[in-house]
Amino acid sequence: MMQFMLLFSRQGKLRLQKWYSAQPDKTKKKITRDLVATILTRKPKMCSFLEWRELKIVYKRYASLYFCCAIEQSDNELLTLEIIHRYVELLDKYFGSVCELDIIFNFEKAYFMLDELMLGGEVQETSKKNVLKAIAAQDLLQEDEAVEGALREIGLI
Amino acid sequence: MPAVRGDGKSKEAEIKRINKELANIRSKFKGDKTLDGYQKKKYVCKLLFIFLLGHDIDFGHMEAVNLLSSNKYTEKQIGYLFISVLVNTNSDLIRLIIQSIKNDLASRNPIHVNLALQCIANIGSKEMAETFGTEIPKLLVSGDTMDVVKQSAALCLLRLLRTCPEVIPSGEWTSRIIHLLNDQHLGVVTAAASLIEALVKRNTDEYKGCVSLAVSRLSRIVTASYTDLQDYTYYFVPAPWLSVKLLRLLQNYPPPEDAGVRGRLTECLETILNKAQEPPKSKKVQHSNAKNAVLFEAISLIIHADSDATLLVRGCNQLGQFLSHRETNLRYLALESLCLLATSEFSHDSVKKHQETVINALKTERDVSVRQRAVDLLYAMCDKSNAEEIVQEMLNYLETADYSIREEMVLKVAILAEKYATDYTWYVDVILNLIRIAGDYVSDEVWFRVIQIVINRDDVQGYAAKTVFEALQAPACHENMVKVGSYVLGEFGNLIAGDQRSSPAVQFQLLHSKYHLCSANTRALLLTTYVKFVNLFPEIKHLIQDVFKADNNLRSADAELQQRASEYLQLSIVASTDVLATVLEEMPPFPERESSILAILKKKKPGRVAEPGTAGNDSATPKERKSPALNSVGNHSTHNTSNQSTDLLGLTSPSGSSASPNPAPLVDMLADVFSSASPPSVNNGFGSSFQPIDNLKKFACKNNGVLFENDLLQIGVKSEFRQNLGRIALYFGNKTSFALQGFSSSVGTPGDLATKLILQVKPVDVNVDAGAQIQQLVNVECVDEFLEYPTLTILFLYNGVQQRLSLKLPLTINKFFEPTEMNSEAFFTRWKNLSGSNQEAQKIFQATQPIDASHIRTKLIGTGMKLLDGIDPNPENYVSAGIIHTRTQQIGCLLRLEPNRQAQMYRLTIRSSKDSVAKLICDLLCDQF
Repeated sequence: MMQFMLLFSRQGKLRLQKWYSAQPDKTKKKITRDLVATILTRKPKMCSFLEWRELKIVYKRYASLYFCCAIEQSDNELLTLEIIHRYVELLDKYFGSVCELDIIFNFEKAYFMLDELMLGGEVQETSKKNVLKAIAAQDLLQEDEAVEGALREIGLI
Repeated sequence: MPAVRGDGKSKEAEIKRINKELANIRSKFKGDKTLDGYQKKKYVCKLLFIFLLGHDIDFGHMEAVNLLSSNKYTEKQIGYLFISVLVNTNSDLIRLIIQSIKNDLASRNPIHVNLALQCIANIGSKEMAETFGTEIPKLLVSGDTMDVVKQSAALCLLRLLRTCPEVIPSGEWTSRIIHLLNDQHLGVVTAAASLIEALVKRNTDEYKGCVSLAVSRLSRIVTASYTDLQDYTYYFVPAPWLSVKLLRLLQNYPPPEDAGVRGRLTECLETILNKAQEPPKSKKVQHSNAKNAVLFEAISLIIHADSDATLLVRGCNQLGQFLSHRETNLRYLALESLCLLATSEFSHDSVKKHQETVINALKTERDVSVRQRAVDLLYAMCDKSNAEEIVQEMLNYLETADYSIREEMVLKVAILAEKYATDYTWYVDVILNLIRIAGDYVSDEVWFRVIQIVINRDDVQGYAAKTVFEALQAPACHENMVKVGSYVLGEFGNLIAGDQRSSPAVQFQLLHSKYHLCSANTRALLLTTYVKFVNLFPEIKHLIQDVFKADNNLRSADAELQQRASEYLQLSIVASTDVLATVLEEMPPFPERESSILAILKKKKPGRVAEPGTAGNDSATPKERKSPALNSVGNHSTHNTSNQSTDLLGLTSPSGSSASPNPAPLVDMLADVFSSASPPSVNNGFGSSFQPIDNLKKFACKNNGVLFENDLLQIGVKSEFRQNLGRIALYFGNKTSFALQGFSSSVGTPGDLATKLILQVKPVDVNVDAGAQIQQLVNVECVDEFLEYPTLTILFLYNGVQQRLSLKLPLTINKFFEPTEMNSEAFFTRWKNLSGSNQEAQKIFQATQPIDASHIRTKLIGTGMKLLDGIDPNPENYVSAGIIHTRTQQIGCLLRLEPNRQAQMYRLTIRSSKDSVAKLICDLLCDQF
């Protein structure tokens, strides 16, 4: 089971955090600080996995963003790298060549997409098509409500 | 949408801007004008944004909860998001949230149902488990449920299961859940496979039907072409996630009994291994990662079964190829998996073929974590045939090794050298080299061990004396070298004293030249060596007496040194040669035992460390390694079994040598020096009427000490606990000058205690020699809270008369406390939350001894809870917090103790998340103060 996923920038700024097991805020902050510091000092050709406390850390850098997951001893490191990749692909497809700012300003979409891909720390849906379909269905509802709102405003309904 | 920008000119400007915005939002929320849904959503969203920028958010929760009941999807969705990111499991709002979730779960719109399910999975609190535990399994198996909802329901149930195992669906649900593995929709199967694995872990037998289904599903996937599975093919690899899940699921079972199923599984594994040899279908790293992920998992399953030699060797060869792959990740994983293969008798030899490559990795890998894996593998592949070479390579590497892995390497080298030594001179050389190269990383256990071995083997004693003597000649030598040197020369210096170059005076001068550079511990040890010299070499007695008499010893500020100097001095003056020879006799051999160093290593790396070279007879290891980290019961039991021997010099002092920084081992060693002459009888005056002592109650606040004592027997207890597990060592000391015969000691769990505690009691020797002490171990698992003490019954014959002692084992529920740190605010919030009438227990009682702060503190710390300072507004009061771990649950407890000095009374209040526990703890502790 994945314990948490963190997205942070090369400058060490946390951009997204997802915790799959309950932790006190203080612990979350400490873990984040520790891991960001550890990972930023690692060199590019180094192994993407490291042992950390009782967990395994799997991380990968995409452009200016680091994606970092903590998994348990029994989880598969290589596939965790591919969960990260699939997530990046989803973001990329949705935003059209995603960049850090997309995630900062559309964090809610980034979360919604992650919730479709993973749930409770386990993979839920690996099909890119199906995840994007689910997100599109949400967007459709959002548009309908926007249109309805606009119509209501000008007094048409 | 959010209006606050994170890229402000400076940190201060950003904070200022954000504080302004927070104030604005706060006033909007507090204002008289009711906000419409859109505005609420806008501000809640802004708060989230501010939180993600790294600022604390402490309001807006209520508004977010309001959004949940909005009939607009977008508002509802933002509400749920805020809650999943910012609400804790123990929030006051949980009830309101649960109500909204109920409504959404009942919705006809699957998108709403999924929002609700995702929220449950994100928060996963106990209340949610209780509320939805029966609802969600229905949703999961119902024919009407849409696939997307089934997927969420499966993982949602998994999350609740982790929070609250009681919600496990069983009986009628089992087969329906297992059959989800046959579902048409691969997304559903993937999600269900995760759930099923968790269920299997809890009830392997009930779910064993899943094996054949998993095998046939796996078979269909691995034989599928990459176009068959459409979007579930990932970079030309068919359904890698599901494949890995299924392979992992199968690792919970032995190889299938049914020949057909077994054959099919073997075919699958062969196909996966074959595919690894095929040319890649894509150059992308995603392709190779996904393909190899499946391969590694298949190899794990092969190792788990540990029965098919062909597959094991094939897996081993495949991993061998990866050792020289250009991807660091693959090299890392290959080294790790080979470690496991090295423990199988079938593949141990194949792993050894890669020795050169692994040694090379140690020298050339640029990433320390990969080098660490190489060390692990060398350790695992070591056996008699290659031990000298591997140990030498590890020693070479140690000279330049990263500081982070030195300590562990030292332990590994020490273990290998001991285990595979055929010639103990080699062993001594290796350990002395270790001290020379990495003295700072050589723990006490390592040098204790070399001394044990030298003392037990007379063929190596002369060599050891000669070698340490030479090593001490170095101008700068490590303090650990001085310790070993001093001990060895003190015992066996006479063996080299014939040589003029190492005459008694030279030996003494050499040791004493280090004296001033050493810590007090080492000095104490040196003093003991000196007094042993008085016996070995009477000719230098005057030199030694001068040292004892020196002001810096006889008047040392260190009490231990002063005492040794004065006592040894007197001994050397007063005692006759005969007495000296008896008192300062050579140490008797130590009892043979498991290497305590191995125990330390196991403790450092739970589940990671196999005993080297135990191919075949240690098949538990691979499974152990893979046990989930966060509820690692298996790992804890490893700790516990190994702790037994941390006490290296064979002594039963109440403090494990690694656990406390005090110089206990040293004192013990000294005790041993003398014990060779006189048995450690505490009270020789048998026949005198010794008042029996029963200290049971005192153990509520301590783990070690004397439990019981009468004329015949002293019973000591040393116990340690971790989460819901514990180990109690009972020491029975025979105080008489006769052997106790027919000795037996049994532990009983009267009534329903047997269902609450699982005790595993090791057998004891039937004879306890005069003056001897024997040990008995009791392993404990706490299943549920309990009230009574287990009984302890001891039977033996003394002078032909049957003796019977009925005592209680000092085991109370508070032993399973895990101390919990919290701040004042958190403490009082929880305190208030636990205000139900059953959740609180209070007692007012008379102090049994004068009220004294340090006494109270010691007792409170001894309860196992965390004593929290600066929490209670009244500095006279004490508060503590802790969590009781049982197998089935965790129970939070808070304590408040208010002394009243005038009246010499205390008021003790306990609050606990579980009814009845508060009273239990209160009753237990109220007569401790």
